[in-house]
Amino acid sequence: MLDKALFYFFAGIAVVSAVLMVTRRNVVHSAIFLITALLATAGIFLQLRAEFLFIVQIILYVGGIMVLFVFVIMLVNLDVALQQIQFARQKWVALFVALALAGQVGLMFWTSGKMPGQGLPVLTAAAAAKLPPNSETVARSLFESYLLPFEIASVLLLVAMIGAVVMAKKRA
Amino acid sequence: MLPIGHYLFLSLALFIIGVVGVVTRRNVIVVLMSIELILNAVNINLVAFSRLYGDVAGQVFALFIIADAAAEAAVGLGIIIAFFRNRETVLADEMDLLKW
Repeated sequence: MLDKALFYFFAGIAVVSAVLMVTRRNVVHSAIFLITALLATAGIFLQLRAEFLFIVQIILYVGGIMVLFVFVIMLVNLDVALQQIQFARQKWVALFVALALAGQVGLMFWTSGKMPGQGLPVLTAAAAAKLPPNSETVARSLFESYLLPFEIASVLLLVAMIGAVVMAKKRA
Repeated sequence: MLPIGHYLFLSLALFIIGVVGVVTRRNVIVVLMSIELILNAVNINLVAFSRLYGDVAGQVFALFIIADAAAEAAVGLGIIIAFFRNRETVLADEMDLLKW
């Protein structure tokens, strides 16, 4: 019961702030609604017993990436942009893409004969008992089974760091 | 205990909102933020299935996706700053020059 209430609470916040993020005219408002959407997702992670990801989501996404976004908005934001048309004329493309995605998933549910809410597997307490202690199991999995992807990810971050510095550097 | 379908639908909703944002918004910064939202929707799926099977691998992959999102945000925002310095605009439909 509490599980359900928490899920609907966080899911509602996430969806509403995502919609507001896409529709707001002011970019700073968009950034703040994205932050609330990401925090609500962190709540969903906590409700799914992923405590380590919950902390990583808050520290890295909300604390790191979003600060970067807000910085760039302040560097780049033009007051002129507030008076301009905020949407490109691609309403029908967007509608088509959204309907195609939703239709695809609906078709998946329909052909499997298992509508959401009935017949789909339920998250059991027995499965959840295998996850804690969360940080320890994540670390073991990360440094044993997924050591090579981990190293590749660190090289990717190095490349991204150099790329960002080169891109943002003033031309001499 | 909730069935997995709830999480799949939440993820689908966030994904579609993100895609609509990418397609319709003119401001490139909002387009990048929508991409972050899409990556986040994928993470919800991974963590939900990790919880369903009691296997932590899904959470590890979610961590990799977060690292990717950080890399993408850094490079993307660097490109936006470089472009803004040259063209004084952040609107997607005014970015129409490959070379100038």
